[in-house]
Amino acid sequence: MAFEKDFNLDATELRLGLPGTSEESEKQASTTLRISNKRAMPDMNEDSSVAADKKCDQETAPPTKAQVVGWPPIRSYRKNSLQTKKTEAETCGMYVKVSMDGAPYLRKIDLKMYKGYPELLKALEDMFKFKVGKYSEREGYNGSEFVPTYEDKDGDLMLVGDVPWEMFTNSCKRLRIMKGSEARGLGCVV
Amino acid sequence: MQKKVACSFPDEVLEHVFSFIQSDKDRNAVSMVCKSWYEIERWCRRKIFIGNCYAVSPRMVIRRFPKVRSIELKGKPHFADFNLVPDGWGGYVLPWIAEMAGAYPWLEEIRLKRMVVTDECLELIAKSFKNFKVLVLFSCEGFSTDGLAAIAASCMNLRELDLRDSDVDDLGGHWLSHFPETYTSLVSLNSSCLGSDEVSLSALERLVGRCTNLRTLRLNRAVPLDKIANILGRAPQLVDFGTGTYGADLQSDVFSSLAGAFSSCKELRSLSGFWDVVPAYLPAIYPVCSRLTSLNLSYVTIQSPDLVKLLRHCPSLQRLLVLDYIEDSGLEALSSSCKDLQELRVFPSDPFGEEPNVSLTEQGLVSVCLACPKLQSVLYFCRRMSNVALVTIAQNCPNLTRFRLCIIEPRTADFLTLEPLDVGFGAIVEHCKDLRRLSLSGLLTDRVFEYIGRYAKKLEMLSVAFAGESDLGLHHVLSGCESLRKLEIRDCPFGDKALLANAAKLETMRSLWMSSCAVSFGACKLLGQKMPRLNVEVIDESGPPDSRPDSCPVDKLYIYRSVAGPRFDMPPFVWTMDEDSALQVS
Repeated sequence: MAFEKDFNLDATELRLGLPGTSEESEKQASTTLRISNKRAMPDMNEDSSVAADKKCDQETAPPTKAQVVGWPPIRSYRKNSLQTKKTEAETCGMYVKVSMDGAPYLRKIDLKMYKGYPELLKALEDMFKFKVGKYSEREGYNGSEFVPTYEDKDGDLMLVGDVPWEMFTNSCKRLRIMKGSEARGLGCVV
Repeated sequence: MQKKVACSFPDEVLEHVFSFIQSDKDRNAVSMVCKSWYEIERWCRRKIFIGNCYAVSPRMVIRRFPKVRSIELKGKPHFADFNLVPDGWGGYVLPWIAEMAGAYPWLEEIRLKRMVVTDECLELIAKSFKNFKVLVLFSCEGFSTDGLAAIAASCMNLRELDLRDSDVDDLGGHWLSHFPETYTSLVSLNSSCLGSDEVSLSALERLVGRCTNLRTLRLNRAVPLDKIANILGRAPQLVDFGTGTYGADLQSDVFSSLAGAFSSCKELRSLSGFWDVVPAYLPAIYPVCSRLTSLNLSYVTIQSPDLVKLLRHCPSLQRLLVLDYIEDSGLEALSSSCKDLQELRVFPSDPFGEEPNVSLTEQGLVSVCLACPKLQSVLYFCRRMSNVALVTIAQNCPNLTRFRLCIIEPRTADFLTLEPLDVGFGAIVEHCKDLRRLSLSGLLTDRVFEYIGRYAKKLEMLSVAFAGESDLGLHHVLSGCESLRKLEIRDCPFGDKALLANAAKLETMRSLWMSSCAVSFGACKLLGQKMPRLNVEVIDESGPPDSRPDSCPVDKLYIYRSVAGPRFDMPPFVWTMDEDSALQVS
């Protein structure tokens, strides 16, 4: 048997497998078979064994070890809380909802994608097809019926742009583009 | 002559005597003494427990017990927790609520486990029961926070609202503001399962502030750390507290107000929650640690040294839930700090990883068992085990009542000897004479079932996966375990013979679940035909079982005793085998 290895007969062997697969991976597949397919019974007749084989093929399709349903026995909420932890560490996104008065549905943006207010406002303008007015500390946004506001940690409605950018991203819970007379009341500070 | 004695007590006297008898078993026994006691007892039974909602119909219950004030119902089989029961299987509570709305206007308590509860059900509860006090929805699903709002708005005498582990459609925290400003009776609130990141903090704070009898408060993840001090400040009488998120940028003023708030809670005995923990904030709970009897750290993803630091402050601990980050070294430390430990649950941090990510082995469990004489309940996930470890555990903890071991890789042998773990589990059932619940794992032959059948005389619930070699295994269990009520089996080579030979045993049990085993469709039909008081249900999502030969094994099988006959709310993938042995599709 040993000398066969030296000749590398595998490379020239006629097999039904795809090039690149080997007997090992096929063995692994059949181990998966053993774990996840309990239908093999000696007294089963032809029809049912064919059906079982079909099911076998489906189950061995994934090349890696097939995850058995419901094993290990852990409740979904535990699995989910472990997964959430991992993805948070990987993406570190700061997604907040953005609503626009009159729009049928909300959007979400990642505040971490922007370095400051100008970029954020440009992105909002592009997303909702509107233009904000000119910002001044004294008067808020002038020159447009649209005013960008946000809800902070305390639940208060605030004007976007008043506080430093870092403080804003840490306290902003959701964004709201106000429109019309309601907006003008907020935008025009006496 | 006996008749004279029985009649010499007026009914009211007997009723008064019976009122001291609370346990279901005793009540059932009382009702079987004679006809008059049956009658008296049924009129004064206030509390019923129905372990399988399909075992009896609402109407039958109401007919026999007309004055019930408290009901507990369980629906889906336990393996539903692990996604083995397809959606839509059943367990609907609406028919029960609908019947009870008319029959029990003074119903005070509803406790449900693994049932489908809709907003319609909750609204009906809110509307129908004027003195409603307790709602516990344990691992339920199908409802949203709108339904909870209805309960909050209407149930002026509500004392307990516990949603533990339920799958709730959380539409945001505004449901809390539906508790009227005049409502002050809350004693227990567990909303820890709610998943939205919106919560109405001001409504929560006001509610907590005005409910001076509040003893249990378990918050959900959405409640930030910096709000805890405020909440605890309004409820220093709390006994059981669950935090929300327990992480934030470290700020000394937040830390000191947190520590101050915890130290004013002199009655606090149980802590849980702790999502997203920042270790630097853990010392804030040190003031209460010495009194803690229960600690749930199963969401705490910090390393063993930090866990040990915390646990050293908790000498009174009786119950601990923790992730396997604690490792063997941490469990060793636990065993020296917490001598009163009664219950330990260790969950896997990386259940689907192929290689161990932490150094947690059988040694951790052994060290706890050697040092904690009061240990009664164990749930342990690990990656290796040995017979000698199991024997040591069995000999040192003969008081174990619940032992659930999950060796993560199916059919894992004793890592020292490469033998099956039959002898180890055999020692467990032999030495732990009061064992009521057992879950097996690892490489197991029919021998382990022989031991179980021989020794596990008090065993009530057995969970088996990837074990055994032949029908003999199942036969040992069914013929030997006298107290067996629930048996759940998956991926074992058990077939028709043992099942049919022990058919009568199934009527003495609540239920049997078998999935991915070797029970044929023909055997199911035969069982259904011969045993009219059993509901034999075949679950198969790939199509009607009669489109295949009778010898073909069924995918999933659920058998339970019932006096209500076959149920009518089955989905298309569930077939019941009844006396006609013809297929019944609902």
